[in-house]
Amino acid sequence: MYAQMVDTGAKRLQALEDMPPEERAFQERIDADIKIEPKDWMPEAYRKTLIRQISQHAHSEVVGMLPEGNWITRAPSLQRKSILMAKVQDEAGHGLYLYAAAETLGVSRDELVGDLHSGKAKYSSIFNYPTLTWADIGAIGWLVDGAAIMNQIPLCRCSYGPYARAMVRVCKEESFHQRQGFDILMKLCKGSPAQKAMAQDALNRWWWPSLMMFGPPDADSVHSAQSARWKIKILSNDELRQRFVDQTVPQADYLGITMPDPLLKWNEGRGHYDFGPIDFEELYRVVKGHGPCNRERLRTRVAAWEDGEWVREAAMAHAEKQAARAACRAA
Amino acid sequence: MSRSEWPLWEIFIRSQHGLAHKHVGSLHAPDAQMAIRNARDVYTRRNEGVSIWVVMSSDIAASSPGEKEPLFEPANSKVYRHPTFFPMPDEVKHI
Repeated sequence: MYAQMVDTGAKRLQALEDMPPEERAFQERIDADIKIEPKDWMPEAYRKTLIRQISQHAHSEVVGMLPEGNWITRAPSLQRKSILMAKVQDEAGHGLYLYAAAETLGVSRDELVGDLHSGKAKYSSIFNYPTLTWADIGAIGWLVDGAAIMNQIPLCRCSYGPYARAMVRVCKEESFHQRQGFDILMKLCKGSPAQKAMAQDALNRWWWPSLMMFGPPDADSVHSAQSARWKIKILSNDELRQRFVDQTVPQADYLGITMPDPLLKWNEGRGHYDFGPIDFEELYRVVKGHGPCNRERLRTRVAAWEDGEWVREAAMAHAEKQAARAACRAA
Repeated sequence: MSRSEWPLWEIFIRSQHGLAHKHVGSLHAPDAQMAIRNARDVYTRRNEGVSIWVVMSSDIAASSPGEKEPLFEPANSKVYRHPTFFPMPDEVKHI
């Protein structure tokens, strides 16, 4: 997902009886669905895991602007360009809500950004794939934002108040992203054969990476149990992935394009679609930094940060000067 | 690394005329004017507000979760402050 394979530091789950009193009270509060707020006592591992998860989510929103920003200057009409700019601006906003939520856990914005730039913090694997054609912008909205919604709606109920509230804001805006993507693909699929082929090609390239976004299979997902207990992960990777497939396949049928998976088939008995094996080795490669665009993405983010440094400094110097003058006048 | 981070501001938005300003989140800005401009871009992209307040986070004083009981407990024992404490006979109207 936008946060993949988040380390909880836990090897195994601790029984309620074995916990120190503070931690037990904390866990009982979570079990009773009472939100945890910044000033409340929390186990150090909960705090650290949340910082990792929320910041990874924030970094994904910010790096996620890059593949789409690639097409702002080449959008096929002025209206599409305006829509894409609004979407990319939303992503910046989502990153900001999330950074602010992470900062309530006692970490500074500069530290968070620094960890992204040094490669210490991760962002979603999906943004390391290139946007080769205009249809990719449609596929990102439809599939990537669609997958994100699937994950983010349950997170609106997560145990940490500031994260849950940020998710509510994000979800309100995310639906626009998914629909504008589907709308792009509808136009292409109703267009010339070449346009429809472009839509199919985008689906071929984005389908598997979209399924990988949900993370490793549950059996290999070592930290899920602890995260689920803390209610910072509500549904498992495989559950979310299955929901996504079930929801998306009929939408592709409507468009008249097909998933690049010969094993994809409705299973009447399960009431779900069966689908072929996912190449998780590819996911691990991309997460480790060896995807098609990892280096370029990071380079672009670091350059934006460094090139903007003089602006941040000048704005601060101006504010300090104005404050000093105001103090002088008041004296 | 820049020499200092922009300070943190808490943002309050009045969603409609007649309603109170409500806390919506926070952001970094060098001064109040920029905080208002950034808040406009971050928190009112879809007509969510008609007015913005910005307050430096460091200027907010807050009660702490630890003193919740001594702070709020006195209200628990004073149920007579609620109108429902006084059951009214059915035949008495408009009260």
